[in-house]
Amino acid sequence: MTKPHPWMANSGGDAKQQMLAAVGAQDVEALFVQVPADHRMQRPLDLPPQLASEVALSRHLDDLMAKNETCADNLSFLGAGAWPHYVPAICDEVVGRYEWQTSVFGAPTSDHGRNQAWFEFTSQIGALVEMDFVGLPVYSWGCAIGHSVRMASRITGRKRVLIPAIMDPERLSVLENYCAPTEMERHIEIVTVAIGADGCIDRDDLRAKADDSIAAIYFETPSYHGVIEGNPAELCQIARDAGAEAIVGVDPLSLGLLEAPGAYGATIAVGPTQPLGVHMYAGGGVGGFIASPDEEKYAREYNTLNVSISQTRQQGEFGFGLTLFHQSSYGMRDEGKDWTGNSVYLWSLANAAYMAAMGPEGFAEIGRLIMARAGSAAQAINALDGASVDLSRPIFKEFVVQFADHDVATINDALRQRGIFGGKDITGEAGITGAAALFCVTETHTPDDIDRLVTALKEVLA
Amino acid sequence: MTRLGLIVNPVAGLGGAMARKGSDEPDMVQRAALAGRDLVSPVRAARALRAFQALSDAPVLCGVVRPDGSPDMPLLSGAYGTAQDTRDVVRDMQGQVDLILFAGGDGTARDICAANAGGIPVLGIPSGVKMHSGVFARSPERAGQMAARFLSDTAQRTEAVEILDIDEEARRAGRLSARLYTVARTPLDSSGARQNPKAGGTDPVGEMDATLASYARRMRDDTLYILGPGMTMAALKQRLGGGTLLGVDLAQCGQIIARDVDEDALLSAIAGRNVRIGLTVVGGQGFVLGRGNQQISARVLRNAGLPPIDVICGADKLAALHPQELTIDTGDPALDAEMAGYWPVMTGPARHQVMKVVP
Amino acid sequence: MTAPIKDYLKRSTGFHAARWAEPVVCEMTGTGRRGIVFDDAPAPTLPGTAMRKVAPALPEITEHDALRHYLHLSQMTMGMMGVSLFGTCTMKYNPRIGERAALEHLRNLHPLQDASTLQGVLELYDNFSDFLCEVSGMDQFVFQAGGGADAAYTHACVTRAYHASRGELQQRDQIITTIQTHPCSPATANTAGFEVITLTLEENGYPSLEQLKSVVGPRTAALMVNNPDDMGIYNPDIKEWVRIVHEAGGLCFYDHANFNGVMSRLRARELGFDACMYMLHKTFGAPKGGGGPAVGAYGCAEHLVPFLPSPLVVKDGDSYRLDDDRPDSIGRVREFWGNAPQVLKAYAWARAMGAEGLREAADISVLSNNYMDKRLGEVRGVTRSNPDITVPRMEMTRHSVEKVTQDTGITIFEISIRMTDFGIDALWLSHEPWLVAEPFTPEAGELWSKEDIDYWIDVFEHVVTEAYENPEIVRTAPHNAPIHQLTTALDEPDQWATTWRAYQRKHVS
Repeated sequence: MTKPHPWMANSGGDAKQQMLAAVGAQDVEALFVQVPADHRMQRPLDLPPQLASEVALSRHLDDLMAKNETCADNLSFLGAGAWPHYVPAICDEVVGRYEWQTSVFGAPTSDHGRNQAWFEFTSQIGALVEMDFVGLPVYSWGCAIGHSVRMASRITGRKRVLIPAIMDPERLSVLENYCAPTEMERHIEIVTVAIGADGCIDRDDLRAKADDSIAAIYFETPSYHGVIEGNPAELCQIARDAGAEAIVGVDPLSLGLLEAPGAYGATIAVGPTQPLGVHMYAGGGVGGFIASPDEEKYAREYNTLNVSISQTRQQGEFGFGLTLFHQSSYGMRDEGKDWTGNSVYLWSLANAAYMAAMGPEGFAEIGRLIMARAGSAAQAINALDGASVDLSRPIFKEFVVQFADHDVATINDALRQRGIFGGKDITGEAGITGAAALFCVTETHTPDDIDRLVTALKEVLA
Repeated sequence: MTRLGLIVNPVAGLGGAMARKGSDEPDMVQRAALAGRDLVSPVRAARALRAFQALSDAPVLCGVVRPDGSPDMPLLSGAYGTAQDTRDVVRDMQGQVDLILFAGGDGTARDICAANAGGIPVLGIPSGVKMHSGVFARSPERAGQMAARFLSDTAQRTEAVEILDIDEEARRAGRLSARLYTVARTPLDSSGARQNPKAGGTDPVGEMDATLASYARRMRDDTLYILGPGMTMAALKQRLGGGTLLGVDLAQCGQIIARDVDEDALLSAIAGRNVRIGLTVVGGQGFVLGRGNQQISARVLRNAGLPPIDVICGADKLAALHPQELTIDTGDPALDAEMAGYWPVMTGPARHQVMKVVP
Repeated sequence: MTAPIKDYLKRSTGFHAARWAEPVVCEMTGTGRRGIVFDDAPAPTLPGTAMRKVAPALPEITEHDALRHYLHLSQMTMGMMGVSLFGTCTMKYNPRIGERAALEHLRNLHPLQDASTLQGVLELYDNFSDFLCEVSGMDQFVFQAGGGADAAYTHACVTRAYHASRGELQQRDQIITTIQTHPCSPATANTAGFEVITLTLEENGYPSLEQLKSVVGPRTAALMVNNPDDMGIYNPDIKEWVRIVHEAGGLCFYDHANFNGVMSRLRARELGFDACMYMLHKTFGAPKGGGGPAVGAYGCAEHLVPFLPSPLVVKDGDSYRLDDDRPDSIGRVREFWGNAPQVLKAYAWARAMGAEGLREAADISVLSNNYMDKRLGEVRGVTRSNPDITVPRMEMTRHSVEKVTQDTGITIFEISIRMTDFGIDALWLSHEPWLVAEPFTPEAGELWSKEDIDYWIDVFEHVVTEAYENPEIVRTAPHNAPIHQLTTALDEPDQWATTWRAYQRKHVS
């Protein structure tokens, strides 16, 4: 080291000498005697040069990152698991706090504020889905599905789950990993249920498959293709009649408008948290929640950390501590419920601030706005020659555009030339014939943006 | 109205101070007095009582002797010093109290449980020399606090724990010998207050339930199972139609077919059979063979052709062993040496922990 | 409280945390106030019964109130604002430059953008993979796993795919680990469907070769271990372990959770391991965030690359692309390709350190821990785990206050909470199961000054003295915290409430 490093206090001054003297060692090397010589690396690491100066490092990062083109520089219609929602400035300020960023496993008293904010995250999710038990978030929506299916399997003692035949391949791939390959004795079999022409789950196929071997039925509303399920209660009823759990995936931003899963008989609700005040971050903003009734049969199967409100020694004062910690893998190692570790808890603080600022009217307003903007975009695109959208489907935020004469890659390349990121290419995916893309329109898209897309598409399709 | 029963065994805790391993010998009090020792347990009971009374105003019914500093506390009996005195007091407390808080050691726990016909929950103030049983709190203060919390808890939740003691004569002869006596109910501890290396606290049998279910499911019809004593094994036996807590039972085709069998019965039962042995770990010394299950003798083991042994035991119980070893003592040193080595212990439905097994 | 000052405990006028007595946000309902508004749009026609009937019971507060509330809560969070030597978590500086760069450059990237528009972030991934490959000797790193445990899960999935590709998955159904390995290894192995075999520690502080050999065989799918463990003990037989497991056909995974002390001295691949994992939010300076977003950077040797999660960042000439067409891949363990902001922050940390910085950090962390060992050994009633092992420990050591507890009834929990009254955040005790009674496990790392470390030990010693002389003050702590000790029995079904709804139902009505 040529200079004391700004991030290592004892690299400067005589601290090292003092500590060596205290422990009675000649040099630091003497402290590594536990590591046998033939285990050691025989040469210095060959790494890029040190950038200890912040100005040099900052320049390097800026230069590297300048090679990206962003959804702010361009007009983007990509969604499908990471969505371009507006992130209020207060959310960035909240998650940027160094206290929260550096907290780890403090005591409920020393990290009180964070624990309270966690509880406000779970409480507000509970209010949105109308369920009483909510865990701290998991890595993603797909992971929430995986854990909830495993919960259902443990609750029912059954090893089969029904899912819609059309599901986001990203989430499906995660679920497949959580259910293990068929060679494994304890694997959970995934069975798909047909999707009707209306974009909703085929009731007859579901009834035929929902027998007493089924641990859970999982469905989403709005679906991967953005379709709103008109009668989710019926689907939940079919699950419960089979003695299975009714797991519903929901977009929390739709819940000012759409019915809460707890109100129509879902027994477990899951969904993404990124829409609630977290940037897309190239996919690094994703997170997932799990909620259920506050019954022991569910509560005792959560793999998440769970935070509960508590009284304190001072009358009238609230504290917030972990409950059901023992059932996590921290408490029970491999006998814990799946596993528990770092997740996306910092994002839950942004989520809490977002939901608090939104309030009931904010959720209702944004729901209406998203439906209006997405609906108008769908209509305008459908009016174009060579593009069609099934307008009979009630959609929220996302919709499928079929292209008659061009493949999506070509269209998206041409759109990109015009500063537009087109929808996700879903050609070849389940339920899709021909060229198709999944477009996402949110509150961040203005009527002018939609006009610009339509104009560009018209040119490209011509 | 809930009431606390308090039993102070005044001779508990003297053995260690006087270089003995326990205080079971009847003349111990006199000898303690001769040696000019102060009694340990009344002082520790007083500490527990202070903590209890800080949180609870429930009345206390006291037996044998009073804790220090409570000269007016009502007393059930004045006779003290022997195991019989302890048992008499426990009998008098039946129907009178909701929890028996006692200051003593394993021997006291054993005496209390022997006379505790009504199954009153029991909680120990650590005051003895030997405290291998699961009833002891971490400290006198924690015992008092736990007792107060328990009495104010409308559900009065309890969990089952094993009451162990060491065979004193064997021990004075230099041999370790933990024995399982019985099972008692003790207040459910969710705060880590009891003397247990595990922070959480749920019913250990409940935790082992899935393990036992998986074990029972995999039992083979063509095999005769010799199932040893202990709470874990009793829970397994329960799944097979019910067996004994303290005895060795036989199971076949998913059913218990003989209970509390002795060595001779075992020898005749195993003749010409495929045999497997199911055992759990007894006590803080980690015995798997030779304590409480001496029926499964060297002759039985040899005649059965050294059958596979499945040890089923919770990981928390293994973690509490110091050193981290299991012990066998079949009475046949050559056999012990042959069987020593590394054994996988079933700690969960798809989980084994490997333990070193020493003679 | 920022205390690179000699004998700070003596001259301190007394720490006190912020106490804002903040209500729960859910109490602030029914006011008709707004925090965010949007343009009006007509109420849509919704099919069937899809329309929500009752508005969600959310707060109604202004933007200013929302901001104040959450800033108050942040101020009532100690985090690393005091001194935190939380063992196993390697409390290091989380450079703000990484935070700024991630917010500026990454927030508006979508993971499904055309690769041509993602060249910066893909180059970052490739550069950092190269960096970690040099550090570990592995051939490829991926960043999809959302934490260390998720990387362990990734390994369990890769293990499945590897053995399945050889037709041996049904046969190889056991994963071997040790009792001192972080719980995430056995837990993820179990979740992935494997049987878990746990080895027990022996006299030397680690399981013997004989014990390992007693369980290795045709059913062995993998070995998953930490080394050194979090008692600071290094297993010198580890190369032989790897050889034995390989000989039986199993894979070897090195959970490098405790990497800080051996950085630049050990490479997992050179010890024979097939795969390893670094936690970017621990060893590589990305923030922990109270529990993520985190990254378990999973690296492996060439023979496991085909099984890695997709998509993989691939370099084609001068440009980069995301390869999702990989038939042997395990697919996704989490959507998309990882927590890019954390990767950027870790990369920034690593570049600022360079090879010489990594060596210096390892040296300081081991030296500081041994210095702590020395001083803690002089505190009344404190003992070290495995007292027979007298050689210097690695970057952390497990200690015990069992003697203090026996003497005073004061437990390590209570000592830990009392220390927060002095601005020392709660201690790391031990993973389950507790092999050492009343354990605590500090890890000094390279960030903290010797004066910070001295202050930590001075406070610890002060609290132990209080345990002997004035136990009540310890037992009733904290006294200088935002709130007082919690009293509700949170593990009781009729008491716990993880939402305001549940609280209202159980405790208010």
